[in-house]
Amino acid sequence: MNIVVCLKQVPDTNEVKIDPKTGTLIREGVPSIINPDDKNALEESLRLKDEHGAHVTVISMGPPQAEKALREALAMGADEAILVSDRAFAGADTLATSHALAATLSKLDYDVVFAGRQAIDGDTAQVGPEIAEHLNLAQITYVEKVDIIKGGLKVRRAWEDGYENIEVKTPVLLTAIKELNEPRYMNIKNIYDMFQNKEVKVWNATDIGADVALLGLKGSPTKVKKSMTKEPKGKGELVQLPANEAALYVVSKLKENHFI
Amino acid sequence: MNIEDYKGVWVFAEQRDGELQKISFELLGKGREIADKLGEKLTAVILGDKTDDMVKELAAFGADKVIVASHPLLAHFTTDAYAKVICDLANDKKPEIIFIGATYLGRDLGPRVSARLSTGLTADCTSLDIEEETKNLLMTRPAFGGNLMATIVCGDHRPQMATIRPGVFEKLTEDKTKKCEIEKVNVKLTDSDIRTKSLEVVKVASVLADIGEADIIVSGGRGVGSKENFSFLEKLATNLDGVVGGSRAAVENGWVDKSVQVGQTGKTVRPTVYIACGISGAIQHLAGMSDSDFIIAINKDATAPIMKVADLAIVGDYSKVIPEMIAHINTLRNK
Amino acid sequence: MNFTLTKEQEFVKQMVREFTINEVEPIAAEIDRTERFPMETVEKMAKYHMLGIPFATKYGGAGGDNLSYIIAIEEVSKACGTTGVILSGHTSLCVGPLDMFGTEEQKMKYMVPLAKGEKIGAFGLTEPNAGTDASEQQTTAILDGDNYILNGSKIFITNGGVAETFIIFAMTDKSKGTRGITAFIVEKSFEGFSVGKLEDKLGIRASSTTELVFTNCIVPKENMLGKEGKGFGIAMKTLDAGRIGIAAQALGIAEGALDEAVKYMKERKQFGKPLAAFQGLQWMVAELDVKIEAAKLLVYKAAANKDAGIPYTVEAARAKLFASEVAMEVTTKAVQIFGGYGYTKEYPVERMMRDAKITEIYEGTSQVQKMVIAGNLLK
Repeated sequence: MNIVVCLKQVPDTNEVKIDPKTGTLIREGVPSIINPDDKNALEESLRLKDEHGAHVTVISMGPPQAEKALREALAMGADEAILVSDRAFAGADTLATSHALAATLSKLDYDVVFAGRQAIDGDTAQVGPEIAEHLNLAQITYVEKVDIIKGGLKVRRAWEDGYENIEVKTPVLLTAIKELNEPRYMNIKNIYDMFQNKEVKVWNATDIGADVALLGLKGSPTKVKKSMTKEPKGKGELVQLPANEAALYVVSKLKENHFI
Repeated sequence: MNIEDYKGVWVFAEQRDGELQKISFELLGKGREIADKLGEKLTAVILGDKTDDMVKELAAFGADKVIVASHPLLAHFTTDAYAKVICDLANDKKPEIIFIGATYLGRDLGPRVSARLSTGLTADCTSLDIEEETKNLLMTRPAFGGNLMATIVCGDHRPQMATIRPGVFEKLTEDKTKKCEIEKVNVKLTDSDIRTKSLEVVKVASVLADIGEADIIVSGGRGVGSKENFSFLEKLATNLDGVVGGSRAAVENGWVDKSVQVGQTGKTVRPTVYIACGISGAIQHLAGMSDSDFIIAINKDATAPIMKVADLAIVGDYSKVIPEMIAHINTLRNK
Repeated sequence: MNFTLTKEQEFVKQMVREFTINEVEPIAAEIDRTERFPMETVEKMAKYHMLGIPFATKYGGAGGDNLSYIIAIEEVSKACGTTGVILSGHTSLCVGPLDMFGTEEQKMKYMVPLAKGEKIGAFGLTEPNAGTDASEQQTTAILDGDNYILNGSKIFITNGGVAETFIIFAMTDKSKGTRGITAFIVEKSFEGFSVGKLEDKLGIRASSTTELVFTNCIVPKENMLGKEGKGFGIAMKTLDAGRIGIAAQALGIAEGALDEAVKYMKERKQFGKPLAAFQGLQWMVAELDVKIEAAKLLVYKAAANKDAGIPYTVEAARAKLFASEVAMEVTTKAVQIFGGYGYTKEYPVERMMRDAKITEIYEGTSQVQKMVIAGNLLK
C-alpha cells in the first residue's frame, strides 16, 4: 500500500504573541512545527507501515525551511520526502495550494492520501477536500480510526455527537483529527540514518507540471483585503474583595443586568 | 464566468436525521441581512429525504425561496451525493453567494463544492458585510490560532462561498406567515455516484445539553484542579439554569467531556453570561467565548489574560466565591 | 573552532527535549518520592534507540556520535537526575567497555541487546573497601576449568537491581596489585550471582543502587572482557568516558534548576515587585548563568574530543569536576530563590539539589578529578 501524507510546517501558534505596542504578531523566535493534525495523519500512516508494510511518502508545499519538517517526518519513519517549493506558489490561497499539491500527487503512486484536518495557522480545513476534488477521489474527513480491509479501508469518522463507520475503496483521501492517535517521537537511529542516506527531493512548479494559472496569487480566487489584530474589549472591572463580598457584588451585577 | 449572471444569496440548510440544525436558522438570519443589502432573494437549499416539515420551518425563519432536493440517497450526508447535487444546482442557477455552516458536515462539503465550482471559500467567518462600491461580500475570519483577524474578498469568482460557525449569528424571529416560493428539484442520483458505504452511525450518549444553546455557561479550566472540584461549577450552573463548560486543559485532564470544550478546537459560544473559573484565558480559549454578552472571570491571578477580557474580573478562589454566590442568589430568590 | 551543533545533534536535542517534557518530567517527582525505578521510561527510550546512541548500528546502536549522546543526557537531566544517570550508567559504563574492549562474539551476544535497550547494563567496580582507592579490589576470580569462580561483593552499583548484564572487576592475581585485576561480563542469571541491599539515598532516589553479591559465582572464561590483568586499565578508560556522561547529568540538573528559578522570579511578588526586579537576585542568576555556560563548554569539548578520536581524559575530568560543583551551587541557590516554598516537595528544586550532590561523588569524586588534572599538569 502506498500512502502519501500531506504536511505543512506551521508556526507554533500557541507561542505566538501580539506586540502590545504595534498590535502586530511577533513571529521571531516562534518555533516551527509540523502541523499537529498532519502529524496524526503521518503517525497513522507509519502505523500502517509498521503493521502492513505500507510505503510512506511525505510531501509539503512550502518555502525552503519547510525541509526541516519533512526531515522530522523522515526521522519519525517516513520512507521518502518531497518538498514542493517555488516562488510561483507565493500568495496561494487554499484553492491554489490544493492545485499544486494535486499536481504533485498525480506524479506519485498512492492508494491513500492522508492529510491533517486543518492547519493551526490558516484554520480552514479546506485543502484536503479540495485536493480530493481535483484528483476525483472519495474523501472522508474527521478520521479517528483506520483499518485496512480487502480492497480498501474501514474508517471511523467523528461527528459532533458521535461517529460513523464507513467502508471505502482505495484510492481515497482522508483527513485526520487529533483523536486518531498519539504521534510518536523521532527515532534517534532514523535521525542519523536519514541525514546520511535520505535526501529531501525538491520539486518546483515545472517538475509538478501544474497549470501556472492555477498557482500562487494568480490562482487564488480569495484575497486578503486587510488583516488586523483583534480589538481588545473595553475595560472591565477588576474586583479584589474577600469571597463573601465579591460574591455579593457579582450577584448584584447579574441582577442589575437582568441575567437572573 | 460572467459575474453579472450570478444572483441571489443561498443558505445550505443543514439537516441531520430529518431535523434542521440550529445553524441553518442562524445563516438565514445573516443571509436575510446580506440579501437585503444586495436587494436580492434569500434561498434556502435543503437536501434530504422527507423534507416537508423542514421546508415550512425554513420559510418561517427568513427564506424567500426554498429549493428542495429530496431523495432517499440524501437522507444521510455523503460527500459525493451532496456535492453533486449542490454543484449541479449551483451551475444551473448561478447563486452569487452560498453560506454553509462550519459544522463537521459543512467543513467536509464546503471545500469539495468550492473546488468543483473553481471558486473561493472562506472558512469560519465571524462577520460578513457587503462592500459599498463593488457589492462584493466581505468575509472576516480569525487566523493564526485566533491571533489575527483577516477580511477576505472573492472578487473575480462566483459564487462567493463562506462557512460560518454555529453560534456566531442570530436567527430571526419566527414568522409563520411569511410567503415563500418552493421549488422541488429532480434529483438524479444512483448508488454508483456514492463511493463511501456507511455502515452505521452511532450517537455517543451524552446527557449534556448542547453547550451552544445555553444562555449561561459556567466554565472551568486548569485552575479548577480536579474532576471533583467541578462539582462547584455544576452546582452554580444548575442554580442558574445553565450548563458547565471547560477549557481544553479541563477536557484533556478528563474533568469534563469534550462536547463541552469551549475554544479554538472546541465550540464557539455566545451565551448571555460566561463565568470562567480557574481559566487563564489563552487566545485559543478566548476565541471560543470572547463574544459572550457578559463575561465573569474568577481567578486567583489578577494578571491572567482572561481578567482583561472579562467584564467583571474577580480575584479570588472560585471554590470560596461560588458557594457564596449561590447563597446570595437563593436569598434574592426567596425575597 | 565550530560552536554550532550539527543538524543531527539539533534533531537529537529536539527529540529528547520533547520526550523529556512528555514522558520524563510528569513522573519525576513521583518516582523520587516512591523510589520507584521508571521501567516504563526505559522501555520507551529503548523504542526510540536512546540507549545506544553513540554506537554503530551493527552492534545495535543508533549510529550517532558522543556529543549527541551527551546532549541527550543533559536534556533528560534537566527534568530528572535519576533518568539521566540511568541513561549514562547503562550506556557509558556497560555498553561502552563492551564497545571498546569486547570481542566480536561478545559484542554480538551482549552489546547488541544492551545498545538496543532490550537489556539494562551496569558496572561493578566499587567495593566496601575500594571506593576512591579502586585498586583495593577484594572480589576474587579463580580459574577452575572452563570457568572463573567469583567471590566477593560490590556496593553502590547503579542499575544494580534492574540490570541483566554487568561488567564486573575482580582480582585474578593478588600478587600483581592493580595488574592483577581482570574484567568480566556477568549475567544476572549466572549461578552464584545475587543482588543484595538496595540503598536508601539522599538523591537520585529512583535509581536502583544496590549491592551485588558473588558466592562462588560461575563465569565462563569466554566472558573475560579484554585480557587477564588488564582490568584496571579497562575500568579507568571506561570511567574517563563515563565522567563526561555524569558531567552532562550535572549540567542538565543545573540548567533545569536555573530555569525553574528564573520562571519563579518572574511570577513571585514581594514588596510589590516581582523577585526579578531585585538587583541582588538578578546578579545571582547572572553569575549562575555564566557558570552553567562555562560548564557546558567543558562538557561539550570533552565529548567532541572523544568524537574526534583525540585524548579526552583531562577534559573529562575538568568537565566533571566543574559541572558537578556548578550543579551543587546552582541548585542550592535555586532553593534559596524559591525561599520557603523551595524547601518543600511541592516544588522541584529541593529534589534537584539532592540529586546534584551525587555528581560530586560518583565515577570519581571531585578529589579524584583533581588528582587526574594535577597529575597531567605536574607530570
